[in-house]
Amino acid sequence: MKSIEELRAIKAKKIGDVVSRNEKGVPTINVHMGTCGIASGAREALTAILEEIETRQIRDIHVIQSGCPGMCVNEPLITVTMPDETPYIYMKVTPEKAKSIVVRHVINHQPITEWLLNREK
Amino acid sequence: MEFYRTHVLVCAGTGCTSMDSRLLRQNLYEEIIKRGLEKEVKVIETGCFGFCNLGPVMVVYPEGTFYCQVKPQDAAQIVEEHFIKGRPVERLLYQHEKDTANVVEMENIEFFKHQKRVALQNCGLIDPENIEEYIAQDGYFALAHCVKDLTPMEVIDIIKKSGLRGRGGGGFPTGTKWEFAYKSQADQKYVVCNADEGDPGAFMDRSVLEGDPHGVLEAMAIAGYAIGASKGFIYVRAEYPIAVERLKIAIRQAREYGLLGDNIFGTDFCFDIDIRLGAGAFVCGEETALLASTEGRRGEPRPRPPFPAVKGLFDKPTIINNVETFANVTKIIRNGWEWFASMGTEKSKGTKVFALAGKINNIGLIEIPMGTTLRTIIYDIGGGIPKGKKFKAAQTGGPSGGCLTETHLDIPIDYDNLIAAGSMMGSGGLIVMDEDNCMVDIARFFLEFTQEESCGKCPPCRIGTKRMLEILDRITTGKGTPEDLDNLEVLANTIKSSSLCALGQTSPNPVLSTIKHFRKEYEAHIYDKKCPAHVCQALLSYKIDPLKCKGCSLCARNCPAEAITGKIKEPFIISQDKCIKCGDCMTRCKFGAISKE
Repeated sequence: MKSIEELRAIKAKKIGDVVSRNEKGVPTINVHMGTCGIASGAREALTAILEEIETRQIRDIHVIQSGCPGMCVNEPLITVTMPDETPYIYMKVTPEKAKSIVVRHVINHQPITEWLLNREK
Repeated sequence: MEFYRTHVLVCAGTGCTSMDSRLLRQNLYEEIIKRGLEKEVKVIETGCFGFCNLGPVMVVYPEGTFYCQVKPQDAAQIVEEHFIKGRPVERLLYQHEKDTANVVEMENIEFFKHQKRVALQNCGLIDPENIEEYIAQDGYFALAHCVKDLTPMEVIDIIKKSGLRGRGGGGFPTGTKWEFAYKSQADQKYVVCNADEGDPGAFMDRSVLEGDPHGVLEAMAIAGYAIGASKGFIYVRAEYPIAVERLKIAIRQAREYGLLGDNIFGTDFCFDIDIRLGAGAFVCGEETALLASTEGRRGEPRPRPPFPAVKGLFDKPTIINNVETFANVTKIIRNGWEWFASMGTEKSKGTKVFALAGKINNIGLIEIPMGTTLRTIIYDIGGGIPKGKKFKAAQTGGPSGGCLTETHLDIPIDYDNLIAAGSMMGSGGLIVMDEDNCMVDIARFFLEFTQEESCGKCPPCRIGTKRMLEILDRITTGKGTPEDLDNLEVLANTIKSSSLCALGQTSPNPVLSTIKHFRKEYEAHIYDKKCPAHVCQALLSYKIDPLKCKGCSLCARNCPAEAITGKIKEPFIISQDKCIKCGDCMTRCKFGAISKE
């Protein structure tokens, strides 16, 4: 180790590994993985989200799964929560939609209103 | 590198490993691969979380779900329910009290809520065998800051101002110790880490080494830079195989990354560390004995002065700090001395790790700010005394310390208050005793330990502790005489004032402090030939209550000494001269007819 920059480079490379363990206040994508969700393609949506995160090298993000929120007809559902914002629930999320949500909502802070569950309100 | 959505941290400390956590990890790996999740879910082995009596424990991030008492066969359900469907497995969650709601998040569990983790910060959070995870947690940045931006004296100044005191027992100001060594002129100086943890019941040093070995290496390098040493030794017990293994891995990785070795961070500073294994002698935790043993000689203390900071290892200036002390150093450099000094009491800054053991519900390892009361430790963090029994005393400082009683429950715990209460901080073992413990027996237990561990170099310790133990043996077997108490005190004070090293000087403390706080119990043993807590076997007798005995003969049929006789359906009798007082009859009796007194 010859310089502090080398140390910083290692930290930057590995930060994603520890961020999920001690960071609060980072964007969270919650994929609803009840039986209904999985049956209608939540697993594929989740895989797409992880692929997009990898492609874009996003490191400060939490991806979690949870059970069915009760709107089985609109599955797969995912909830995106940006720090200090109200959660947005997306419905009928295909892998393609999922990738767009990561890019447009999480990275560019532009929720895609036409895919939202609660867009009527 | 890939993004893992779920991180599964499984404790790989000694406690959980002894409860099959290795097999649990293996099963988790297999289940994860079976379901094709290996690129999404990562299993990490970490150091000890501290909640040892609920082991094996594991935490799932980012949710922070805390699972306890997980068995290897639970792996499939956890993977299926939690990692795929996002439903925590309810039956493995923590329950504060029976029939109360499960607590999901680790941070909401009482045991963790009151803690402040500084020395244990990374334990249970990172993979101790992966240097990059340590770096991601700002590891080695403190060392970089020191060698690049600070002069040695500035480093020492920060440690001095922080108020850090030695965590191994004595409580000597760490910065001052470093300054002595800094000012000693020599061609070679040494940094030694004392990891010869010997107090019965204390295991914080082991946990730090197992959970965050790089934290200790980095701090030793900082100390080396501060005093002008290029060589460090870690003296660690061979009974800590996991700690030794992780240390070896950590040293190898640090060398590969150039964080140990020559010209660290491109400066002139060179530092390397070697491990020395101790054979488990208690005396080798004493600094001069430890140095002798490190040099390859017999582990025996020598008189001080000269202090090691002037003349230590191979007669060169040496600083010796305990593992936990080192574990605090990097955090002080990183967060500033003001941050550290803002925690704790006036003369005891920062936090202290305690190993909870004995009659307490949550046996394990905790870290609390100095100044926390014994009541908070025992009742809030420790979860109180099992079976609703009454608190009697807590032994701090191991065999060198003394006991705290009910009257001390509300004093803020720090170095000076413990000494004023007749005990000491020691390395942080905290053994809780309830009404069923006999204090004479406890004193005898600790004295037996120090007597056996006495190195034999100086007569007060070698002979004095032996004589004291003989007196205690007499008292606990009902042969005590009224002079015994006075003799104990005379002997104790002689040993205290004339022993060569601190181990001898402090060895009578458990006896003195139990005499001070529980004199009545000693007197009951001596004058009434009774053990009030019904512990000392020789003073016990088992009796059958003829009114309760149904004459079933269960006790008589199982008595190993054939001491119980009687006719079926009539009260049985225990023959006292045959009874070996094993208590088997009492545990077997279905009618509660047998009692001891």
